[in-house]
Amino acid sequence: MIEPIREKVLAGKRLDRAEGRWLLTDAPLLAVGAVAAETRYARHPEKVVTFVIDSNPNYTNVCITDCQFCAFYRKPGDPEAYTLTVDEVLAKIEFAASRGATTVLLQGGHNPALPLDYYTTLVRETRRRFPQVTPHFFTASEIRTVAEVSHLTVGEVLDRLHDAGQRTLPGGGAEVLSTRVRRRIEPKKGGPETWLDVHRQAHRRGFKSTATMMYGHVEETEDLLDHLDAIRELQDLFGGFTAFVPWSFKPNNTLLEKWIKHAKGPNMYLRMLAVSRLYLDNFPHIQASWFSEGKRTGQIALHFGADDWGGTLLEENVHKAAAFVNTIGVDEIVTLIREAGFTPAQRTTEYEILKRY
Amino acid sequence: MRFADERLIPIWGKVQHQQRLTRDDGLLLFETSDVLGLGRMADHVKSGREGDRVYFVLNRYISPTNVCVLSCSFCGFARKKGEAGAFEYTVEDIIGMVSDEVREVHIVGGHHPDWPFEYYERMIAGLHAARPAVQIKAFTAAEIDYFWRRWKVEPREALTRLKAAGLQTMPGGGAEIFSSRLAKQLRYAGKADGDRWCEIHGIAHSLGIRTNATMLYGHVETAAERVDHLLRLRAQQDASGGFLTFIALPYQVGATSLVPRSAPPAENLKTIAAARLLLDNFPHVEAYWVLLGEETASIALHFGADDVNGTLEDERVQHMAGAQTPAGLARAQLLRIIRDAGKIPVERDALYNVLRVWEREGVAA
Repeated sequence: MIEPIREKVLAGKRLDRAEGRWLLTDAPLLAVGAVAAETRYARHPEKVVTFVIDSNPNYTNVCITDCQFCAFYRKPGDPEAYTLTVDEVLAKIEFAASRGATTVLLQGGHNPALPLDYYTTLVRETRRRFPQVTPHFFTASEIRTVAEVSHLTVGEVLDRLHDAGQRTLPGGGAEVLSTRVRRRIEPKKGGPETWLDVHRQAHRRGFKSTATMMYGHVEETEDLLDHLDAIRELQDLFGGFTAFVPWSFKPNNTLLEKWIKHAKGPNMYLRMLAVSRLYLDNFPHIQASWFSEGKRTGQIALHFGADDWGGTLLEENVHKAAAFVNTIGVDEIVTLIREAGFTPAQRTTEYEILKRY
Repeated sequence: MRFADERLIPIWGKVQHQQRLTRDDGLLLFETSDVLGLGRMADHVKSGREGDRVYFVLNRYISPTNVCVLSCSFCGFARKKGEAGAFEYTVEDIIGMVSDEVREVHIVGGHHPDWPFEYYERMIAGLHAARPAVQIKAFTAAEIDYFWRRWKVEPREALTRLKAAGLQTMPGGGAEIFSSRLAKQLRYAGKADGDRWCEIHGIAHSLGIRTNATMLYGHVETAAERVDHLLRLRAQQDASGGFLTFIALPYQVGATSLVPRSAPPAENLKTIAAARLLLDNFPHVEAYWVLLGEETASIALHFGADDVNGTLEDERVQHMAGAQTPAGLARAQLLRIIRDAGKIPVERDALYNVLRVWEREGVAA
């Protein structure tokens, strides 16, 4: 029954794994959604839904990690492989800034040819030339790659990036934080700890980051619970996560497509969002991904505990490589959030509100 | 059950005791922003009737013609005779569109200025003779009314003759919104009004023809007009009892734009849920995925809908390459929509006879 869970959550008590399991599998979807919405209003009483003007360019698609779910990467030497110069990346950031972006989420493949200096220069130059833009650069596995090629520790790389002006880290590359799952779909990327360790060290240094989850491939319920437990536990230490952002795996053009033909649909997505709102009691924000799940599902998700709409994604190439394309402008975001019955508000990377509509 | 909008609590009491909802209750259902509270009540009703079953049918939509004497403001389909894009199919054309894989064919078209009633009769008879296994669902009450207006064939006679020719059920279209205000404003006053539409369905029911009912919403109608429409259908069902399914049709902004945007998904879910709660005497409430989109249709299976319709006319299905037949592809897509919601797909015919329960992937139970 949902009622004991509701009472527990609203009393500020933490849900256990058995409760999480029931919510993810057997609980009636709308009952979970209703309690998630109630919990969302207990935390954020205003009917405000935030969004960010952002862009997701990429600096390289060269990658040595061969993840089975990825349609974006090319091996070094592949005719379609590319690596942008610092100036080329800055031109993309300039484009985003000219469109009003306050966040640029820059990520790329694991390219061993790029030196530490490339990364720190990108951060420093972005801060210098576009002070209104937050460099939300490099996922955990990229940081790890930089550490390896530059013979530094992850902590040292984070220090250098911090010195260059970086304060936030994107949460990609988590997939499902389960040893079993990661061994199956991304054996060269390392277990859950490789991702968690980078975020732990970043949070210790005062960085903020997001936690993501890509579900809907080979994982089972226990793996999802491992993931939620791991990020909740880490969040207890430093409170460095701003938001949780789940999305469903898109199989087109990936190695996994052979086994998994179709993305998980909207009902699992709504359930995932609602359960994360209840289970991740120490996460301030839950993001509805209009981008990966569709605008209609995104609007409905606002009734299932989500309080953030994500961003404009002025540029995006990773989903596009999986033949999945979706675009939006600020006007449309404002309309969609209003239509769903909420007040739209533009936010920064760190969820400070800039403007209410 | 707890509600974000506590005004719903008395309604929930009635729903649990299977008491009929009033007009004021109906108004509140459309007014509340407690979308999930509304959905949970509707899901309670749906689950009580059908458990986890959700129906689909392999069917084909056919319009014999888009030539129409009317000029309804919401319609992007109709053409005048001789106008570019106008089409008129022969009986042979229509037979050619229906494969043996289809279980039901749905035939609805324009109010043609010249086609005699006998042509429609021949169409049904010809199709029935050529495809005897396919059930024919044909002609809205608006078209049946037009046979009277144009050719002075009484509805009872028209339906008797069409039934003899092979018509099995009637679709629910042409109802639009029962409102003389809107009929004038949206220029569908030349069509059967609410009383006439219901009268014709009553006649069909008396002849043993099961029918569906629809409501075209999300344009310029008020919540009260929606509620009154649903209550009119409920009263007709009390009187004649032959309705099978209610289908809420969200107005599509496109060829016409009565409003800037189509109804948002939460509004579509609310409408389906409200219909499930108000239409306590309707066996089924549909989530018509072609208009709702696959995602909203799938989610709607938690908001009171127990049917997703079917249709092989969808381009995405038609144009998909591969060894599978169009019917096989359509079925796979419908199974995904239903299974994503955690429901059990039940393949049906036009009369809701169960053809196959798809318990697990590819396995019939």
